[in-house]
Amino acid sequence: MHDKTLTELAASLAAGEFSSRELTESLLARIERLDGEINSFITVTPEQALAAADAADAARARGEAGPLTGLPLALKDIFCTTGVKTSAGSKMLDNFVAPYDATVVERLNAAGAVSLGKTNMDEFAMGSSNENSFFGPVKNPWDTAAVPGGSSGGSAAAVAAGLVPATLGTDTGGSIRQPAAFCGITGLKPTYGRVSRYGIIAYASSLDQAGPMARTAEDCAHLLGAIAGHDLRDSTSVARGVPDYTAELDAPLAGLKIGLPTEYFGEGLDPEVESAVREAIRVYESLGATVREVSLPHTHFAIPAYYVIAPAEASSNLARYDGVRFGHRCEAPTDLTDLYLRSRAEGFGEEVKRRILMGTHTLSEGFFDAYYKKAQQVRRLIRQDFLDAFDEVDVLMGPASPTPAFDLGAKKDPVSMYLQDIYTIAINLAGIPGISVPAGFAGGRPVGLQVLGTHFAEARLLNVAHQFQQATDWHLHRPALAEESL
Amino acid sequence: MQWETVIGLEVHVQLATRSKIFSGASTAFGAEPNSQACAVDLGMPGVLPVLNEAAVAMAVQFGLGIHAEIPEVSVFDRKNYFYPDLPKGYQTSQMYHPIVGPGEVEITLDDGSTKAIRVHHAHLEEDAGKSLHEDFHGMTGIDLNRAGTPLLEIVSEPDMRSAKEAAAYLKAIHSIVTYLGISDGNMAEGSMRCDVNVSVRPKGQAEFGTRAEIKNVNSFRFVERAIAFEVERQIELLEDGGEVVQETRLFDPERDETRSMRTKEEANDYRYFPCPDLLPVVLDQAYVDHLRDNLPELPADKRARFQDALGLSAYDAGVLSASREMAEFFERVKDVCGDAKLAANWVQGELSGALNREGLPIQNSPVSADQLGELVARVKDETINGKAAKQVFQALWNGEGESADAIIEAKGLKQVTDTGAIEAMIDQVIADSPAQVAQYRDAEPDKRGKMIGYFVGQVMKASRGTANPQQVNALLKEKLDALC
Repeated sequence: MHDKTLTELAASLAAGEFSSRELTESLLARIERLDGEINSFITVTPEQALAAADAADAARARGEAGPLTGLPLALKDIFCTTGVKTSAGSKMLDNFVAPYDATVVERLNAAGAVSLGKTNMDEFAMGSSNENSFFGPVKNPWDTAAVPGGSSGGSAAAVAAGLVPATLGTDTGGSIRQPAAFCGITGLKPTYGRVSRYGIIAYASSLDQAGPMARTAEDCAHLLGAIAGHDLRDSTSVARGVPDYTAELDAPLAGLKIGLPTEYFGEGLDPEVESAVREAIRVYESLGATVREVSLPHTHFAIPAYYVIAPAEASSNLARYDGVRFGHRCEAPTDLTDLYLRSRAEGFGEEVKRRILMGTHTLSEGFFDAYYKKAQQVRRLIRQDFLDAFDEVDVLMGPASPTPAFDLGAKKDPVSMYLQDIYTIAINLAGIPGISVPAGFAGGRPVGLQVLGTHFAEARLLNVAHQFQQATDWHLHRPALAEESL
Repeated sequence: MQWETVIGLEVHVQLATRSKIFSGASTAFGAEPNSQACAVDLGMPGVLPVLNEAAVAMAVQFGLGIHAEIPEVSVFDRKNYFYPDLPKGYQTSQMYHPIVGPGEVEITLDDGSTKAIRVHHAHLEEDAGKSLHEDFHGMTGIDLNRAGTPLLEIVSEPDMRSAKEAAAYLKAIHSIVTYLGISDGNMAEGSMRCDVNVSVRPKGQAEFGTRAEIKNVNSFRFVERAIAFEVERQIELLEDGGEVVQETRLFDPERDETRSMRTKEEANDYRYFPCPDLLPVVLDQAYVDHLRDNLPELPADKRARFQDALGLSAYDAGVLSASREMAEFFERVKDVCGDAKLAANWVQGELSGALNREGLPIQNSPVSADQLGELVARVKDETINGKAAKQVFQALWNGEGESADAIIEAKGLKQVTDTGAIEAMIDQVIADSPAQVAQYRDAEPDKRGKMIGYFVGQVMKASRGTANPQQVNALLKEKLDALC
């Protein structure tokens, strides 16, 4: 059962091959057996899962099954869930149980999905390797010496290891696409505003976006359809109809115009990653697409702009974790300042502190114009680069990450870690959607092809990714860890 | 040296929305601590603000009421600082692009002249919670019922030159917001409070002196007293060769003084930046026009109409238009009795006197506008005389009857204008007062006028106040002179 895609499981459930309870029990048993090795879950919720599975089976028996009824999945521990701990990977929220569901959780529940638990992540979604979690690093199922990527590393690893067929992640600077690439799965970051942020613990509000992570583009299409749409509780969610994302999956690619950004194939790109990506593009040409080079001239400003804007917003978003109302509070504070200082010093990890301090600095009087304002101007230029490119081509393609998954502990210098996101970050600044699709291996570790589209082009991206998956079998490869324990 | 005072005010007005500015929680005053704070107000992880449209409409109405520019786009910013009663670690406010641009408020000075005070801008923001220092044995409790309550902060230019002008400005703002119905203006409950910026400079000097800011003054009286103290303190300081330091001060009404709270050096760096959770507010012209078309008549316009159309004096027009309740009461009395001047006299005279004695606001008056209007109508049509009218008023006030007519009837206060009846009473009084009649006869003719008062009093007494005094006077004079 664990080897099936979400779409296949839906068919099996519909055909009565097994019940949602049987499926859920089987996956819970796999988590129990395998997750000790990869640490992809922070919280497993067997009781809630089985209750939801029973409810789904009952609904199916009544003939009330929807597209996700009885299908198991897991949620990054950044989505608030009623009655279950939501930690955001932080000691600060180790004891936090939200009295509300995130809008996307509400929508998945309404669609009948069964959540098995909450997956591991970099603390407050800050990181590119999942080494910043208070609950320990996640290991890459393809090679437990390697990182799974961050910050949705737990979600990616859980899918790759066959613990769940799909998960939800969030992507602020590449946190869905890069771990999807590192773990050999498919991950979609939708257009900013396509999916509600209500109930998602905020890192950088103007960049955060939730999206599906699964084995196939088809599965991502099903999940996106369930979670997308306007939400009155999130003013930045867009009031725009949700198309049927599965409707165009089979559209032929003949005539598709692909742009290859020069800047995404330059210095620092691992040769094996490059050759895998170029091979993937040849597959597209064989499917009738035409390819041309394009330029995104402001690309090299993306990382500096991101590391001004994201920490600035984070420093403000994380101010509420002060030891006063909820979450971690230090023992026996002597006065208010002591309460603030020790609660925050004890509750936050190093990377979070680093970004809070960066953000506090760049917003300070006298620095605001030089950093924050300038970064927002750069952001507009980066967005314009993409819009100009999409006047010429339908989609852009390139690697999701300059290297395959690196070893745990390999990147000690924060800046070298930040540079890992060089191909993913600009997309968040521009607000456009992007998807990472398995496209080969480098040094035995998965490589992700990244496909980008203009605002609200998710259906096109899913179509482009799905057609690739019809023509190749990279998405069918499984890590030994998942195979061995069949 | 002659000193000149320069004053600017930042007035915080709590808007009368039913729910908070960014959440659906209630804004009602006086509930159990933390019973009116939802996940958004508590700053829980992941929750997001949603702007309350009613708060926007109210802010725009205020802007239109002071003839201000209403910019098409305004933006919410975050003001970041740490305080236990600030749940999110920032206050959502409008720093760079406020919802209301420059406008003007007219104040009336003691000599009846008016002065325009410029408003720099007004912006929307959320209130913070409240720290409770009592009852927690050395610890502090936090009540977040207030957190997220919509405030309109109205920032004036430094156009005021005395404590009286400042108080008049505050009253004018109070009057505008209550007329518009966008705030209850209840200062005791904190619905209106202000920060006062005060500086002094030698008369004739163009540059401003160094200012001190007095925080959170919450009554008209305290504004005057705080400024008076502060002006005196600054002048003394300067005359002694010292310097005023830029600082934030608190007014202590118990000791009638201001005290230093923090100096500029300790000032916070709020790290303002646009709130990424809220979109810019874009107001289209049709929306603003719709609000403009539906504005009620504001105090300045009402005052002008009372003078020009109703013929009231400037003073009467000012008093009767000062509050919406007063103006509405007066207009109702006027409509019922059909005489603006009589109505003005009664509202300002008998009614206001009684209300003041009992300490009642006009909206709690035991005598309704309809009742008073009918009473005044009976004075106007001479059904009762002035003396009887006061009795009727008192009876209405005491709840002794439903209407003026009912009381007039029950107490037999209907004015007697029947000449025969009055003549009979006069004859009786003259017959009963031989000594006084003799005195009258013996007096010089030009002294007799004063002596007639005694007889009038007797006749009125005999009629239990119901005789028409003019008739009594005329007939008495006639009859007494006939005896001479």
